[in-house]
Parts: sequence; structure tokens; C-alpha cells
Amino acid sequence: MNRTKGDEEEYWNSSKFKAFTFDDEDDELSQLKESKRAVNSLRDFVADDDDDELERVSWSGEPVGSISWSIKETAGHSGSTQEGREQLKNQSRNSFSSYAQLPKPSSTYSLSSFFRGRTRPGSFQSLSDALSDTPSKSYAPELGRPKGEYRVCSLERFRSLQDKLQLLEEAENMHDGNVITAVLIFLKRTLSKEILFRELEVRQVALRHLIHFLKEIGDQKLLIDLFRFLDRTEELALSHYREHLNIQDPEKRKEFLKTCISLPFSAEDSAHIQDHYTLLERQIIIEANDRHLESAGQTEIFRKHPRKASILNMPLVTTLFYSCFYHYTEAEGTFSSPINLKKTFKIPDKQYVLTALAARAKLRAWHDVDALFTTKNWLGYTKKRAPIGFHRVVEILHKNSAPVQILQEYVNLVEDVDTKLNLATKFKCHDVVIDTYRDLKDRQQLLAYRSKVDKGSAEEEKIDAILSSSQIRWKN
Amino acid sequence: MAFPHRPDAPELPDFSMLKRLARDQLIYLLEQLPGKKDLFIEPDLMSPLDRIASVSILKQHEVDKLYKVENKPVLSTNEQLCFLVRPRIKNMRYIANLVNADKSAGRTRKYKVIFSPQKFYACEMVLEEEGIYGDVSCDEWAFSLLPLDVDLLSMELPEFFRDYFLEGDQRWINTVAQALHLLSTLYGPFPNSYGIGRCAKMSYELWRTLEEEEESETKSRRPEIGHIFLLDRGKKRLRELPNRPPSALQGSVDFGPEVTSSEKSLKVLLNADDKVFSEIRNEHFSNVFGFLSQKARNLQAQYDRRRGMDIKQMKNFVSQELKGLKQEHRLLSLHIGACESIMKKKTKQDFQELIKTEHALLEGFNIRESTSYIEEHIDRQVSPIESLRLMCLLSITENGLIPKDYRSLKTQYLQSYGPEHLLTFSNLRGAGLLTEQAPGDTLTAVESKVSKLVTDKAAGKITDAFSSLAKRSNFRAISKKLNLIPRVDGEYDLKVPRDMAYVFSGAYVPLSCRIIEQVLERRSWQGLEEVVRLLNCSECAFTDTTKEDRASSESLRLILVVFLGGCTFSEISALRFLGREKGYRFIFLTTAVTNSARLMEAMSEVKT
Repeated sequence: MNRTKGDEEEYWNSSKFKAFTFDDEDDELSQLKESKRAVNSLRDFVADDDDDELERVSWSGEPVGSISWSIKETAGHSGSTQEGREQLKNQSRNSFSSYAQLPKPSSTYSLSSFFRGRTRPGSFQSLSDALSDTPSKSYAPELGRPKGEYRVCSLERFRSLQDKLQLLEEAENMHDGNVITAVLIFLKRTLSKEILFRELEVRQVALRHLIHFLKEIGDQKLLIDLFRFLDRTEELALSHYREHLNIQDPEKRKEFLKTCISLPFSAEDSAHIQDHYTLLERQIIIEANDRHLESAGQTEIFRKHPRKASILNMPLVTTLFYSCFYHYTEAEGTFSSPINLKKTFKIPDKQYVLTALAARAKLRAWHDVDALFTTKNWLGYTKKRAPIGFHRVVEILHKNSAPVQILQEYVNLVEDVDTKLNLATKFKCHDVVIDTYRDLKDRQQLLAYRSKVDKGSAEEEKIDAILSSSQIRWKN
Repeated sequence: MAFPHRPDAPELPDFSMLKRLARDQLIYLLEQLPGKKDLFIEPDLMSPLDRIASVSILKQHEVDKLYKVENKPVLSTNEQLCFLVRPRIKNMRYIANLVNADKSAGRTRKYKVIFSPQKFYACEMVLEEEGIYGDVSCDEWAFSLLPLDVDLLSMELPEFFRDYFLEGDQRWINTVAQALHLLSTLYGPFPNSYGIGRCAKMSYELWRTLEEEEESETKSRRPEIGHIFLLDRGKKRLRELPNRPPSALQGSVDFGPEVTSSEKSLKVLLNADDKVFSEIRNEHFSNVFGFLSQKARNLQAQYDRRRGMDIKQMKNFVSQELKGLKQEHRLLSLHIGACESIMKKKTKQDFQELIKTEHALLEGFNIRESTSYIEEHIDRQVSPIESLRLMCLLSITENGLIPKDYRSLKTQYLQSYGPEHLLTFSNLRGAGLLTEQAPGDTLTAVESKVSKLVTDKAAGKITDAFSSLAKRSNFRAISKKLNLIPRVDGEYDLKVPRDMAYVFSGAYVPLSCRIIEQVLERRSWQGLEEVVRLLNCSECAFTDTTKEDRASSESLRLILVVFLGGCTFSEISALRFLGREKGYRFIFLTTAVTNSARLMEAMSEVKT
């Protein structure tokens, strides 16, 4: 599809999708509000005995009497759980009899299903033939099953490797993962590691079941052995690395991560692991230092903005935000300085600016924000530049409730006129709107905008002045 | 309102029976442990349980206190403990710790574990290893079909997706087969079967085996449901990754205080029982406002009638109509509140930009700009799941990311959301959701040479051109073949949807739905060989039709669609639409109702 830019724009502006681009959201919203008003106005009329209709709801939001609600009750004051009020006894007794018509709860994992199928031609012939001389004592009736109709078979009599493998094959043919795992557990117990691994290497389905099983029961050692045997070095490395999630103590976690660095990761992932280790190392230092500073109560920034959480185990970008927030002015030499982080972890400019902007805006440090985008060229002229679009800058500033003067400056830097007008209107940067319409020589829009500003305001005056100016050649 | 069913549309079977069956079976199991007992419930089972039983029913069967299975010390003093759990190793460890602690304290109690929907051998193995096998009795509660709506059955097994598609574990296939077996026992055999995907094929085969073994009465029954269609979310298959421009609401929704306009929040079950909801649920979101405001006006008018009534009329009004009106009033204010909060959400942030990017990715233009949009999304630490979803969408539609992009997006992702997501990336790669284009790809080499000569921006353009030339992408080929991205002249009127694409504002027809439509038309895979090949499913697309004379024409228009690995509400809405067009009714059986965010979460390694 070789659409040109122009095509795309046309596409987005004119195509069928327009129906859902929210251009008419005002209409819809007002429609909605109207409906809401109407409904609310009826509330008085119905409010009196609304309660019996509404589900009774506890403070936590679950309907009173629901099972989840009840459990919280037990947890809360492990004593008096409310007795159910309704007596549905008879009703449920009646339906009780229908249980008899239930399809039999058939044995699900039991290997018996093998043997039930045995008589079917072709399905289990070979194995049963091979076993025809085995004594029947190995069949034991499974306990607790009605009529003893299902029989479970002890696997102990599958002694030869051939029998074992045939058993596994039958299990695979049934497709039931539970049965496959059951057979694998038996094989794991009765075969040496090497033989088991060797045989599974050519049986991918069974192999994946064994790997999943080992993961679930947490047999890390055997899993690593298996990966080593299969020469799956990357999985081995990842599997070892995964362990760190279970280590809570930061120092121990750090030491563990150190052991991960030398694991056979891909070159790319090796770098990530190294970064992970370095990051945690830094965080431990910063955390110790800042906790000390905070409790000493001497540092203004910590007094004004007490830390809400520890920085340990946070992502890099969060750490950068933290350091831009608390350690913005520090020299590059300290571990906690933003510049140091940027260099150590090769944080791209775009990422750095976004994060620093968010942090400084949150502190309402507009000077710093300004400095972030100001560049000097070799003649000494200053210019505003941003590796991210200025519309994004405006959004972030607005989110941090920057004053209109500040917003205005950045709205003005937005290149695309439509986006600029949009943002300016949205954030009430009147001057920008007015100037832009003037530059566009769009008298109609300017007139329309006049009705939106306050009566007798400076903005209105400004518009009037422009409208009456004879210098401008209006296009409409 | 807007979409009535055709008058000849078949009636749906009554699935509420499934709830009764499950409840009765649970009661039966509880009675197996006579006397007072405390019940420990797995958190994942709580909400399904809530839908079929109430506390009072449990109380009647001598359940004393209810606890959640969680890692906290147990305070129960009861002599009998019953555990209602999913068959998971960690639950077994939890129970083992509890029992062993009792043992060392010299305390004897009775323990019963009820596995739902079935027990696994590995679980019993853990009980055995922990030395408590025999101290606890085990049972199975085969509760695997929860009717969420009149036409929607859920197995409530979200882990199906990860277990099968990531780990390659087939443990739930038997559960699916058992569920199908139960359905055919209750509603008669299915004369026509179709399916696609390896998992679908295995489930089908295991189910057939069960049927043959039982040699049950089902064969003699008249079929109620004429077709069954199994499909799985296989590796190469496109998940429904595009965001759904919110059309209507579905399922069970937690309404916060901003919606209920009161202090408390409310959990609301949304299905056809809710009269207002049943009318709006399949509407595109843009239609909902008009509908609700009409409703509000009607309601107002009806209330207004009471003015000028005499006493007798008033009495009549109060006794007969008021209750209904009040009910409607309550529902209406709830839904209006919900719409308001959705509107707030989607006008906030850069929802439009997001949708625009998604559409661009689907259509395959402007890849460079979309990539940098994703990058910025990551850099700003906007929702990690959303970022992953966009990356996967890019990967699927482009048949993998260009290695350079893959590396840079991955690095930035790890920096923004945490280095441990390295594991998430490995999972996504394993599941084929997020991959790198093979470095050997012919054009990439040329491309990288060219890109050295020109500026970045131009290189981006060249990349775009190349990838559209190359047709490397299976997705594009399939999409073209099946016309997934309908070309529409003029505006797509969402108020009068003309095809299934309306669920994505006219931009995209869910692949699964299109396949179902095509196969049903042909009654086989014939003529779809190319599509099947592109989906890498040549081995596992199957048809099995029997000459069934007893099947009424009505039953032949009832279709059970089985989604292995989950289905989305978009797919459900699209198929409901198709049903209305063709006079079919679809019944949905899914391992779980899901959405792209939940799929991503399932792949995420980091637990908080």
C-alpha cells in the first residue's frame, strides 16, 4: 500500500471512520447529560423505597450475602458470620435428586482410560499384547469409584524401556496432558536422568510437559540439568535468572544478579542483565543515602516532599524521575545525579527529556523546564528545541497545572497550526488563539472566538482592536 | 431495538440447567463430609461460585465459615476443613503446610479437597510427597460450564491460554472434551463438526473417544444443536489485538462511585436479564447515547402520566406499573453513568491517537510513524500492557519486527517498566506473539545498506515501501484473501452496520468470525485451502459431517462455537451480528472471556 502523506490525511479526515473520531462528542455528551438529568429528576419520586430493590452492598462493594463478601467477613472478625436468611432448603432438596441423572463423573486423569480403550481395535493392541502375560494383580480397583467400574493400573509393571516408551506414546496419542504428565512422573522416577533426557529429546510434546511440570513443582536443579543436556543455553540462563524474583532482600538479590551476568545469554540480553545488576546496585546506595537524609530532616526537598516509597527494584525510568526530582542539581560525579544515570545507562535524549520534564514540572520548577529546551547556537542566540513534539510538552505541563503564561509559550512552539489552535483553545491560551487567527487572516473564526471570551476582558479588547485594524487583509 | 432477530431464528437451548447441575453436584460433595465444616475457597473460584450458589445454600449444608485460600495463617478452629480449589501445585503446598502444622501440633481434623473442574495427577503426587496422602480425601467437582449469558458459556479457565500456547501443556484438553461430552449428553449429538488448529483437533478427538466409550443414549437423541465449530488461538493465528473502540459494555462490571453516583460501588452482572443492557450490548458505542436518551424520555413520559390521575387510576399505577418503571429507572441511571465514565476515559489521554495507530498498523501503512508512537508510549510509562499490545500488533501484522526496532523497543521497555520483563519478552517470543524478522530476510539486507546512505526519516519511508512490496507478512495475505479490512465507499454508518466490521468501527472483521462465516457457507473447508495454508493449519483443519435425518432445520441453524484459549466480546458481537443477518443463532463456549490486555497479562512474568 503506497499511500502518500496527503492520502492519509484525507483518509483520516474524510473517511468512514469519521463517525467515531469524537468530533461530535459535544453533542453526544450533552445528550447524555440531558438523559442523566431526566433520570435524576425522577429520583425523588422513587427514592423512598429504593433500598429493597437495590442489591445490598457492603462497604467493600460486594453484594451482601455473596460468597466473596462472606469470606471477607470471616477474615475481618473471625467469629460471627451472618446467617443466611432465606430458607431455600426444600427447593435445593428437591433438585438434589437430579444429581442421579448427572453424567457419571468419569475418571479424569486415571490411566484406567487407557485400559478401557484397550479392546478397541488398534488403539492399544500392541501394548496389551506385550503385556498379556503380566499377572492381573497389578490391576487394582480404584477406591471411591461407584461400582468399581474404572480401574486404575499400577505402572510398576512397565519395567523395560520399550514398555515405558510405548506407554508414553499411548499417552501422547490420547492428547490428555494430565495422563502424559502422570507417565512422565513415573518415567522420571524409574529412569536415570540421562536416559530420560535422551528419550525425551526426540519427543517434543512429552518434553514440553516435563519442562512445565518441573517449573511448576520448582525442581530448578533438574530443569537446569535438562536444559544443559538439550544445549538450550538461553533457556537455561533465563530459568536461572527468573529465580531472582523470589529473593526479597535487596543485597542478596544484587549478589544473585551478579551471578547471572556470566550466564550464556545472547549478547543483547547480557547487556540487560548487566544493567539490571548495576541499577540495583545504584538503588541500594541511593536508598541508604536518602533514607538517612530524610530522617535527619535537614534537607528541604525531603521535608517538603517526603518520599512515598522506596526506590529499590523500581524501573530505570522511575529511578531517573526520582533522581530528577530529588537530585536534579547534583554534579555528574555522584551516583544519584540524573546526568550520571543518563550516561551509565545510555538513556536516549528523548527519554531523558520526557522524564526530566515531568519531574521538574511536578515541582513547578519552570526555570528548569525552560532550560531543558533552550539551546544556544554559536552566535549566542537562544532557541527552543525539543526531541519530543512540543504538543507533548504542553500536555505534560498542563497535567502538572502549569500557569497559562508558561503553557502559552510552549503552545506557540507547536508547529502544526491545527494542533496549536486545538491546544490553545483547550487550555484557554487566548493570546495564542487570537494571534493565530490574526495570522491566518480568519475574521470569521476570530469573531466566533470573541463570543467565547469574557465580556470586557483584555482578550475581548484585543480582538476588537484586531478586528478594527485596517492593516489586515481578511480572507473572509 | 435496532437488531431484532429474524422471526425464523431458532430458540436457544436452556442452559440454566447447567447451573443447577453444578450446584447440586457441589452440594452432593459437601454432604460427603457430614457435619459442620469450614470451607476454604480458591480466589479464582469465588466469582463463578457466586453465580451458581449463595452463602445460604452453603450454610444449609453445614458450611460454617468461609475462608479464602491465601498465604496467611489459618485461624479456623473447626474439626473439619474442606478446600475448594483449582488443581494447582501451590494450593497443594498450602494444604500440606496446614495439615502438617496440625500434625505436629498433635491435632487431628478431617480434610477434604474438592478439585474443580478436575484433579491432576501432579497434585496428588505433591500430597503424597508431603506425606499427607490419605489424610485428606480428594474429590472432583466437574463444574466446567458456567452460563454467563443466554448464549455464552464460559469454562472460566484463563490459564488455558498460557498453559497450552506458551508451555505446551495439554492438561485442559480433557476438561474441554468432558465439557463437550456433557453438552452432547444434555442437548443431543452435534451432526456437523468443523475445526481448525492443533489444539482444536486434539480436543475433538479426545471428545469423540469419550463419546464412543460411553456409547450412551446421546446417539438416539434428536440433535438440538446442528453444528459445532472448534477453533483455537494457535501460534500464528491473529489474536484479536486491536483495541475495541468501546462499543457496548459486556460481562460483569465493577461500577465505581463515579457511576452509581453514590458512595458505594456496585458489582453488576450484565447479561440478557438486564433489560436495558440487553438492548444496548451489541450496539456500537456511538449509538448508545441516542438510545439511552430516548429511553429516558419515555420513562419521563410514563412517570408523568400519574399527573391528572384519579385515586383509582393512581392505585392501579402504583400496584402494577411502578415496580417495573422503578426497575428500569435504576438500570437506566446506571448505564448512563457508565457511559459517562467511558466517555471521560476515551476523550482523555490520547485515545484517538491510539486508535489511529492501530488502524494504521492493520492497514500496513505508516509503519515508521506507528513505531515511534509506540516508542513514545513506552517512554512515557503509559500502561505497560498497552505498550506490549501495540508491539505485538506491530509484530503480527508485519510478520515480526525489524531487528533494529525490536532491540530498541525492547531496551526502552525494560528501562521503563523494569528489567525483569526480559522474561516477558522471552515468553512472547516463545508464543510467537512478538518476534524479530529473521536477519536473513532478503530485503532487510538491502534496506540496511540503503539506510546507511540516507537520513533516518527517508530510511523509514524506504522501509515502509519495502515491507509493502515484500509481502512477507502472512497477515496481509490473509487479510486480503478474506477481505478482513473492508473497503467502504463513503462513510461507514455505525448506526446501520452492514457487516461484522462494525465491532471495530468498520475497520476490521475479526479473523475467527470471517473463517466461521466462510466455512458455514461452504459446509466445509473447500475453497479455503490457501487461507488454511497461510494459517499454517493444513494438518489440522477438519470437517466431520454426518447425514442426520432427525436434525430439524431449526437445529441446523444453531451453531456452537468453541474458542480454545479464550474469545473476546468483539468476536461475540460480530457473530451475533452474523447470526441476525443469516437467521442463525450462535452459542459460544469459551475457555474464558478475554481481551488483548488479559492475554498480555498472561504472558507477563512479573507478579506484583
